[in-house]
Amino acid sequence: MFDDLRDLYQEVILDHGKNPRNFGRPEAFNRTARGDNPLCGDKIAVYLTLADDGTIRDVHFDGRGCAISQASASLMTDILRGKSTAEAEALFGAFHDMCTKDEDQWTDHGAVDEDAMDKLQVLSGVREFPMRVKCATLAWHTMRAALHGEATTSTENAGF
Amino acid sequence: MTDTATASPISAADGSNAPYDVARVREDFPILTRLVHERPGRPGKPLVYLDNAASAQKPRAVIEAMTRFLEQDYANVHRGVHFLSQRSTDLYEGTRDKVARFLNAPARETIVFTRNATEAFNLVAQTWGRANLKAGDAVLISEMEHHANIVPWQLLRDQTGIQLKVAPILDDGSLDMDAFAGLLTPEVKLVAVTHGSNVLGTINPVKDIARLAHAKGITVLFDGSQAAVHGPVDVQAIDADFYVMTGHKLYGPTGIGVLYGRKALLDAMPPYQGGGDMISTVSFARTTYREAPYRFEAGTPPIIEGIGLGAAIDYVTALGMDAIQAHEQRLLAYASERLQEIEGLRIIGTAPRKAAILSFTIDGIHPHDIGTLLDRGGVAVRVGRHCAEPLMDRFGVGATARASFGLYNTEAEADALVEAVTACKAFFG
Ligand SMILES: Cc1ncc(COP(=O)(O)O)c(C=O)c1O
Repeated sequence: MFDDLRDLYQEVILDHGKNPRNFGRPEAFNRTARGDNPLCGDKIAVYLTLADDGTIRDVHFDGRGCAISQASASLMTDILRGKSTAEAEALFGAFHDMCTKDEDQWTDHGAVDEDAMDKLQVLSGVREFPMRVKCATLAWHTMRAALHGEATTSTENAGF
Repeated sequence: MTDTATASPISAADGSNAPYDVARVREDFPILTRLVHERPGRPGKPLVYLDNAASAQKPRAVIEAMTRFLEQDYANVHRGVHFLSQRSTDLYEGTRDKVARFLNAPARETIVFTRNATEAFNLVAQTWGRANLKAGDAVLISEMEHHANIVPWQLLRDQTGIQLKVAPILDDGSLDMDAFAGLLTPEVKLVAVTHGSNVLGTINPVKDIARLAHAKGITVLFDGSQAAVHGPVDVQAIDADFYVMTGHKLYGPTGIGVLYGRKALLDAMPPYQGGGDMISTVSFARTTYREAPYRFEAGTPPIIEGIGLGAAIDYVTALGMDAIQAHEQRLLAYASERLQEIEGLRIIGTAPRKAAILSFTIDGIHPHDIGTLLDRGGVAVRVGRHCAEPLMDRFGVGATARASFGLYNTEAEADALVEAVTACKAFFG
């Protein structure tokens, strides 16, 4: 019945959705933000440990959400560890483009880790599901809010 | 699978014992024959529309009444001396009579047209509420309210210092009537609760609620947004002071809702919005307002929508609200039983009296994913918080999937739902 949903729910997504990595509130962290998608009830929190030079030493998340939002958060935590703040911002921009725009509309976000983008490719299926884009981007918006020292973000007012 | 709905006789509005012929009813709704998710080389799926609690589809009678009105009779109402204005006014005001009969209201003047249910709550809060409630007074709502019956009171609370009290519900989704009675303390001046829950399906004992409240001199407002589409309503029998409805869930158009108010209450209420149509005389020094209900209907009203609502009421009345209720109750029993066979599926809301609304969760699968998968199977349900976030918290769920049935749904569609849910479980295995 759902053959054509395999693009949206690739095995990697189902796996991360079921067994999210870096899940749970860590003992120590120095930045955090909560993200909320009031439309579907997804709520997550992202916990960052930033080094003095702005390198992301550690990333965790918790909360509940659909398979897409959980997988996206889980993948994000894997990818961001060890990245600089600037690299994280660039990935955010490139990932956001991937989820929302045709390839010829993508803009330049500076140096982007191509390996990381390859891994994130599994989420590009949301392009065909406008209602699900926010699920894929919630964790990233929340991470960015944490980087910027904001406590909360919501998909309803962050111009997602 | 046999469709028992077509087999068992129930009395229709015309008093005959004609069976409820759901196949024929479906022919009245053009949209029900469309396919969804068609792609080149792949046939679409038949639409299984189970999102009626969000909004119902429209019968041809409604669509045609609005078109005919626009082609033949349209003009502004209440203003002109010309032929079409008079005709338009008569037709639009005719809907007020139909709504009054539909709710068994004692007089047409007790029917106020609004934009939707939401506006009706805001109207009562800002007119009756502002005139009658003062700091320290309380409005008692329940844990199962739609945001439309929560937020207007919070706005009023911020403006006037009233309190908002919340009557709890039981685990099956019924209102806790003992707790409710205990909450009717002297500072409570208004009880505003839903007649039927859009999430749980619960039909509340509004007659008892009104009796208990009135015994203490408390005014009651009922939210009939859901209840009024699933069965007959008699505002006099239940002794409502205010009763709220919304047109688009009653197979009518969007953009029109109804506030029923007891005449003495409406007559004593200050206006809502200011503008044309609601005034008697205007000078820059002083303006006098028209009588109810017109005092609450400023500006050009939803005329075309009013015509559509009138046609929708004619339509459901001809089928018979009792017959619709009986049909939906059979569907509810059937669908509940079948869904419960699915392992890991939990139905939220199992009150003894409920409308054909089934909220559920499935272990290990988020409602949002359920929604996307069901949709691919052609089954339209709603997923999320259903504008009832406090209720989601009460049941410890972030969201639910909700299948809500209407007068045109069939047991075959309940089967399609069950099949899609089963496939969804296999998919996430
Ligand atoms: C119980 C209940 N009350 C109020 C409303 C609000 O209706 P509307 O959006 O038409 O104002 C709804 C519909 O969503 C509802 O289900």
